[in-house]
Order: sequence, then C-alpha cells, then structure tokens
Amino acid sequence: MKRDIFQAIADPTRRAIIALIALQAMTPNAIAEHFDTSRQAVSKHLRILTECELIKQEQKGREIYYQLEIEKMKEIDKWLEQYREIWETRFRQLDDVLATIKKRKEDK
Amino acid sequence: MDMDFIVDKEAKTVAITREFQAALSLVWDAYTKRELLDQWWAPKPLISRTKVMDFKVGGRRFYAMVSAEGDERWVVQKYTSITPKTNFKMFNAFADADENLELPGSDWNLSFSEQEGTTKVSISIYNESLERLEKMIEYGFREGTAGQFQNLDELLATLSR
Repeated sequence: MKRDIFQAIADPTRRAIIALIALQAMTPNAIAEHFDTSRQAVSKHLRILTECELIKQEQKGREIYYQLEIEKMKEIDKWLEQYREIWETRFRQLDDVLATIKKRKEDK
Repeated sequence: MDMDFIVDKEAKTVAITREFQAALSLVWDAYTKRELLDQWWAPKPLISRTKVMDFKVGGRRFYAMVSAEGDERWVVQKYTSITPKTNFKMFNAFADADENLELPGSDWNLSFSEQEGTTKVSISIYNESLERLEKMIEYGFREGTAGQFQNLDELLATLSR
C-alpha cells in the first residue's frame, strides 16, 4: 500500500525529524538523541518517512545518513497551491452565476 | 474578491473563506440547489452534472465531474446537518458510477453570513488523509488543465486554417 504523505507529516515527531534533517543530513543515532522516545520508535518514523520518499538514506563510509528530499516537500506545497487554484476558479464562476441571477431579477 | 485559504496540516484541515456580492438567500441557493450548483461547482472546462440531489439531513447529492473528453469522476455528498441560511455540514467521498464510496472521505462544514449585502462563506474541510486531497487535486486540476490545452489546440487549429 502506498504511504500517505499527509499522515507522514501530521505526526509531531516526524515533523520534528524533518525539521532536524532539513538543516543537515544526520545518522539515525544522532536523530534519536533529540527525542525522548526509544530508538525503535525513531527508526519506525524514519522508515515511514523513507517510504513516503520525504527523506532518503545515504551511505557515507560506515554510517548511514538521512537527508531531506526537498523536491518531495515542495510537491506537497504544489498540490496545495493547485487545490487553492481550483477554489479560486470555482468561486469566480460562482461570482458570474450570482451576477447573472441578480441582473435577471433587476430586469424583471 | 480575496479568498482566504489556510491549510493546517496538523489538523488536516483546509479552511477557505470568501465573500460574494450577493444577498445571503441567493448565495445559499447557489450552494443548495442542483441547477445552480451545476453552473459553477466544476472548475472549467470540467462540467458538474448532478444525478441525484436531496438537500435534507440524511439526503445526498450524487454528481459527476465530467471532463471535456467525457470522463466522469463521481462524488457523493451526504448532508449530515442543516441550519437553513446559516450552516450545513456534509460528508464528501469519491465514488464509482454505482455510488460505491471510495473511503476515506472528508468532512465539510459550510457557514454563511451576510453583512450589508455581502455574503461571507466559510468552508472548513477535514481530510483524513492527504492522499485523498491529492486525488482531488489530481482530478480537478490535471483534467482541467489537460482540457484547457485541448481547447487551445482546437482554437489554434481553427485559427491557422
């Protein structure tokens, strides 16, 4: 099943992880140090974020680093912008319908 | 007219507010009568075609967004609460042509108020998942844009003849 990006970013811990690694790529251990939850819990969050392609792993020497997929984050904003445009179009159409009805009433 | 459009990712809610230069009763009708809804609900070049509409608590609107190519995307809106000319709530979900719902859906809350001939409409949409929102955008927008390009193609073809 495809992971849901809204759910990925709806979780406060996952948002905090995103904010952390937005500044610099980090190892799972370094990320876990910032949270009171267990390493396993952090690993699970990292897995979900990876599945959503919001973050990606990179091998540097012996260590694995997580880094943010900035393009994917931008995609979210792009969707939302498109949703906004749908509503703008819809409301302009409603303006026209309302104006037509008002005019028709006045003409009577 | 300016539109407020606020996305609260944490609360999974989109809040939209817009004012219209018309009396409340007219705006209310535009949202609650099928023949008016179909005139503006679908962003062009999509067309809104309502098959069933029964505006009462427990009633529903079953409609299709139809693309320029004739593709249909069905939606069911079930009315869960109505306070005439003030507010109504509905549950919105995509569906197939036989009205089988594609869950999860979204919860809509629409409020109307009038001041000096201007009517303000506030809509809040709670989405259980962004994937759903994504689907909505994908359909409403991609189909819409594709259609616009097609219209443009046709126009250009006509002009160059």
